[in-house]
Amino acid sequence: MRGRLWSLALYMFVLGFILNLLGIVSHVVVSAFAKRWFGTPVPARFTTEWFQYAWTNFDLGRVLGVTVFVALSVVLLALLLGFPAAYILARRNFRGKALLLLLYFLPLLIPQMTYGIPLATTMYRYAIGGTVTGVILANLVPMVPLAVFILMPFIEQISVNLEWGAAMMGANRIQVFRRVLFPLTVPGLLTAGILILVNTVSNFELTFLVSGAGSQTLVVALFYNVFAGGVRPVYSVDAMAVMYMVTVMLVLLVALRFVRPTQMVFRLDQPRR
Amino acid sequence: MRRRRAGEASELDAMAVACLLPSLLYVVVMFVYPFLNGIYLSLRPSKQSGLGLANYVAFFTDEWQYRTVWITFSIAVPNTVVVVAVALLLAYGMRRGIWLERTITTILVLPISLGIILLAEGILGFYGGRGWFNQILLAAGLLQEPLTLTHNYTGVMLSLFMQQFPFCFLMLLGYISGIDPSIENSARTLGAGPWIVFSRVMFPLIAPGLAIAFALVFVLSFGVFPSAILLGQPAGATRTIAIAAYQQAFEHYDMSYASAIAVVMGLFQLAGLVVIVLLRRRLVMAPTMGVGKR
Repeated sequence: MRGRLWSLALYMFVLGFILNLLGIVSHVVVSAFAKRWFGTPVPARFTTEWFQYAWTNFDLGRVLGVTVFVALSVVLLALLLGFPAAYILARRNFRGKALLLLLYFLPLLIPQMTYGIPLATTMYRYAIGGTVTGVILANLVPMVPLAVFILMPFIEQISVNLEWGAAMMGANRIQVFRRVLFPLTVPGLLTAGILILVNTVSNFELTFLVSGAGSQTLVVALFYNVFAGGVRPVYSVDAMAVMYMVTVMLVLLVALRFVRPTQMVFRLDQPRR
Repeated sequence: MRRRRAGEASELDAMAVACLLPSLLYVVVMFVYPFLNGIYLSLRPSKQSGLGLANYVAFFTDEWQYRTVWITFSIAVPNTVVVVAVALLLAYGMRRGIWLERTITTILVLPISLGIILLAEGILGFYGGRGWFNQILLAAGLLQEPLTLTHNYTGVMLSLFMQQFPFCFLMLLGYISGIDPSIENSARTLGAGPWIVFSRVMFPLIAPGLAIAFALVFVLSFGVFPSAILLGQPAGATRTIAIAAYQQAFEHYDMSYASAIAVVMGLFQLAGLVVIVLLRRRLVMAPTMGVGKR
């Protein structure tokens, strides 16, 4: 009996959560297609003109371009920087390893607003603040450690014997990497890459602090338009929000094809033991 | 850092150092250096020459500023407790799998993909004065006046819950599912009821994961920025410390003062984390640790 009540409560919560989420999301979607909408259950008329409006007035083509460029650059650079470090941290034990892990963990543990302000200050002093390069460099700060922590358990799972075996057969380091290690790490690289991609596209604070007029990503542009509420027709902001949602959903759909959510969080958790 | 690196060379060969160095340099140059630079900058107030604590004194003597610390805590602490408690209950209930598990997990994770701003915009509309939520309650006769749920404390809490719950839930679900089921089964075989199983067997095992969840959610809520602006009253009731720091930096262009506020923010976060660690030590008795998966 108690067990029944318990699972009933569980499903009730999930139902409530779904209704709430559905309400929030569908409000934005309906509003994006609304001609005029004041206090009625649904708008009197529907239109698609706000998408056109948002695209031209918010310079969305450029914003989307910057977003994709920033996200892909961050993924590539984070993996390039993170992979070798993750390999050594997974394979070797050395003095100061715990300290190094803590150092990598800090950018993930300290909220971005706290280190973002000194970082932005420094970047503006060296004139990379406000540029697309600056946005990429700032976003890499939490993403390099993220790449390291996601890749480490994947590399730990690969038996060292495979590397030794290859070396015994006469493979040099580059061949071991290219023919043995790299193919076996592909699932890890995919997981890390997708997570970094999703995170960078939706990452707000760092981009907000460092970006200038021409280097905003979609989230930041969206923030400025929601914040400027009243100046822009709310429907057009919602149209932009819908475009944002569709973009991220596509990325996430791809991600969920490759990664099981519970698994990836647990793996991410492991190296901290 | 350099000196330490030289000391390690005996255990790490050149290749290992070459592998570690790029990312390490990156973290040092882009994270450690700006951070230390920020601390230095905060000690050099723009209105006077030389080093001094004037910025910190200014912060803690100005009620408009130091109140933000209290406001931030009053948002972060209740939010952390609620998010972790609900996530724990749900994850615990789902630990052995439930009907439609994959679908439910996916739905609960969805808000992560929506992003802070879209969630804020949706909450503003859905829970707003003319939104569906109020319309439904008014139509059902449950309310006479629409509830004010946005542009205040409630709005910020709603949005923080939606942002952080999925993340916390996933973490705890992963953690709890990883505990060996035979431990729970043994307890049941020995006659323990559900409550005893939870409080005496499972909870001590979950506690380390719970502490991590507490720490992460607390840190995220403490840095609350966009939701406090969009859904709260950034000039009053929800003027969090992150907003105060941002305003000094990008509205008053006083980077020195802004850095001081960022340092204060970091210190209070750290204090929060220390409390969580201490609580965990008190809650969990040493002998129960190290059992099961960890």
